[in-house]
Amino acid sequence: MPLLENGQVTQDRWYMAAEGEALPDGAVIVPLARLEEGLARAGDAPLGVIIAPDVDVAALRAALPRLELVAVTFPSFRDGRAFTQARALREHLGFTGEIRATGTPLPDQYEFLLRCGVTTVQTERTEDVSVWQQAHTIISIAYQPSTLHERPQGLGLRRFLS
Amino acid sequence: MSTDTTTLPVGRYAYDQVDRTFLSQRVAQFREQVARRVAGDLSEDEFKPLRLMNGLYLQLHAYMLRVAVPYGMMGSDQMRALAHIARTYDRDYGHFTTRQNMQFNWIRLEDTPDILELLARVDMHAIQTSGNCIRNVTCDEFAGAAADELLDPRIHAEILRQWSTLHPEFSFLPRKFKIAISGSPHDRVAARFHDIGLVARPGPQGRPVFDVFVGGGLGRTPIIGVKLRDNLPEEDLVAYLEAIVRVYNAYGRRDNMYKARIKILVQALGVEAFREKVDAEFALMNRADYRLDPAIVAGIRARFGIPPLEAPADADRTLAAARRTDPAFDRWVRTNTHPHRHEGFICAVISVKPDGGIPGDITADQMDLVADLADSHSFGEIRVTHMQNVVLGHVRKDQLHELWQKLVAARLATPNIGLVGDIIACPGLDYCALANARSIPIAQKLSARFANPELQERIGPLNINISGCINACGHHHAGHIGILGVDKRGQEFFQLTLGGSAGGDVAIGQILGPALPEDETVDAIARLIDTYLVLRHDNEQFLDTYRRLGAASFKDAVYAPA
Ligand code: HEM
Ligand code: SF4
Repeated sequence: MPLLENGQVTQDRWYMAAEGEALPDGAVIVPLARLEEGLARAGDAPLGVIIAPDVDVAALRAALPRLELVAVTFPSFRDGRAFTQARALREHLGFTGEIRATGTPLPDQYEFLLRCGVTTVQTERTEDVSVWQQAHTIISIAYQPSTLHERPQGLGLRRFLS
Repeated sequence: MSTDTTTLPVGRYAYDQVDRTFLSQRVAQFREQVARRVAGDLSEDEFKPLRLMNGLYLQLHAYMLRVAVPYGMMGSDQMRALAHIARTYDRDYGHFTTRQNMQFNWIRLEDTPDILELLARVDMHAIQTSGNCIRNVTCDEFAGAAADELLDPRIHAEILRQWSTLHPEFSFLPRKFKIAISGSPHDRVAARFHDIGLVARPGPQGRPVFDVFVGGGLGRTPIIGVKLRDNLPEEDLVAYLEAIVRVYNAYGRRDNMYKARIKILVQALGVEAFREKVDAEFALMNRADYRLDPAIVAGIRARFGIPPLEAPADADRTLAAARRTDPAFDRWVRTNTHPHRHEGFICAVISVKPDGGIPGDITADQMDLVADLADSHSFGEIRVTHMQNVVLGHVRKDQLHELWQKLVAARLATPNIGLVGDIIACPGLDYCALANARSIPIAQKLSARFANPELQERIGPLNINISGCINACGHHHAGHIGILGVDKRGQEFFQLTLGGSAGGDVAIGQILGPALPEDETVDAIARLIDTYLVLRHDNEQFLDTYRRLGAASFKDAVYAPA
């Protein structure tokens, strides 16, 4: 599955570093266990980190200013912890870089991902991109505030998406 | 925007174009999801959470659709739509549930998008009536009408309904999540048997404040909720609930579905540690983003139709006169009504539990009749109760006798509210794929056995709650007498619990002893009740007698028949 941004396919400039492998130059995403190593890398090549759903994102606080990307994971679409992580990254830690959803989120969760602060999706699922594009536009109204600060509709907590 | 609340439907939040657009999009989305499932693009595993979030279960014989009745309030137009669905897509029946919803047991998957579309036409849906999300919020069945009410909880129930609808962060929680809200000092919502229970009252300057209970629930591990906070100001309501659910989403167990409820997390961390986590989250939040502004509340309140309550000055006297001349009516008024805040009005409870009937089952024709009666006697407004009955909230006292006569003609006037015949029962083995035993026949036999209304009144307030398995949908732990179906080598047995209560004196029932075979259960309960009648001090209620004497006094009656 290609990388998705705003419902469209986009180019992936990031390299996901595996366990044990030497860190290459350029934009690289490291596992949380190798974050120190990533931060110690010479030069100022873009750095990202991937975290498991049980990580308290506060652990990233010190490193965040130097991170351009945080990848959160959905080991199953049923495991919704990454929604809370993404939102905490935006709201509590003020992270403004890319938040990438990885693993196997469902296309039907796309709007939820975006509203919790995720910007890109790299899913192991195989359906056509059009399903994701459709999921992105099918609901245009929400009933609660989100990290996107959508335009309020005027009554209650309602707001317009898009 | 109209703020003329007298032209809006009474009792419930009136949809506008934005709400309707949302619903039709949601129906289109589900239609598309069903198509993907039928085409094989979604596996059953993937489709399941999506259909569950639209109230669609797969049961023993067929799909089951649970339609949301938000906080139990609906209009006659909505009830007629439910009747139409029962006739067209089911077997002429609907079933009221303990969470104030309506359930249909014989639905075809292919019909579901059309049914949802029919519902959307009357501003109804099945969103979040199941699944691991925040479920339909429940509230007091006498909300906005009861004489003892401090604060109308429907406005905040609606705010919570909206807030939780397709909540981006909380639609894939570890487990289902249930919230109930009460605005009365007399807990009629079982606040402490919910994941979150809210008890509202006016605070400083008349502004609402909330006591927040958390971590209650029934199921296989029944736990009474603990108070997490006193006096939560209205403007922090959404923020504080976000904080609670967020902590639950992050830390709730996902490895074992039986340990995934928030009650287990609260117990595992301890209340203090749990509170600390919630408070830490709350402190970090940008409160302004979540602030429940008075203007927001006012905007929602303005979408609720208010009944123009006007009754003749002698309405009360007319009612009293009718009661004197008609003892059967008098009895029904004693058992099946609740005091209204307006002296000329009264709340009437329609028992959906005829003698020997199936608790909560209602035919399409009865639904239409209830809709007609709501139009003629209660401003078109209908309420579903967590006891699986129906309430007409605002009946003029001088017209109550006439209403009762119509109910009698439709077999809807059983005078048993709060009495032995007012049994809560889950669907059990007749419909439910998880059941170990049949709840419905036991309920029917008990209610037939105690059909005599004089006897029922003499026995007094007594809740019998029946569940077909340990999941406790029939709230057996909270019943004064609880009956739990268990399976012993392929035979149906029933375990009795005594002393439970869902009210202010909340308690979990204690198991009395070994489970009884099906054919002995009803007799054993009859002996239990006879024993109570012998042992009680005059007019003492069953629960009080039980609490005074303990289980031992009842054991012999149940296990050693004379
Ligand atoms: C026939 C389809 C049904 C199925 C498959 C079903 C399934 C379940 C399950 C698995 C639980 C245990 C959840 C837990 O505590 O973790 C449960 C609990 C419960 N169910 Fe049902 N149920 C069904 C029908 C109903 C009906 C008809 C009602 C209302 C009359 C109901 C009301 C409840 C309630 C109040 C609980 C207690 C949960 C709590 O602790 O909060 N269910 N159900
Ligand atoms: S208590 Fe058990 S048998 Fe009854 S409805 Fe719930 S899951 Fe089914």
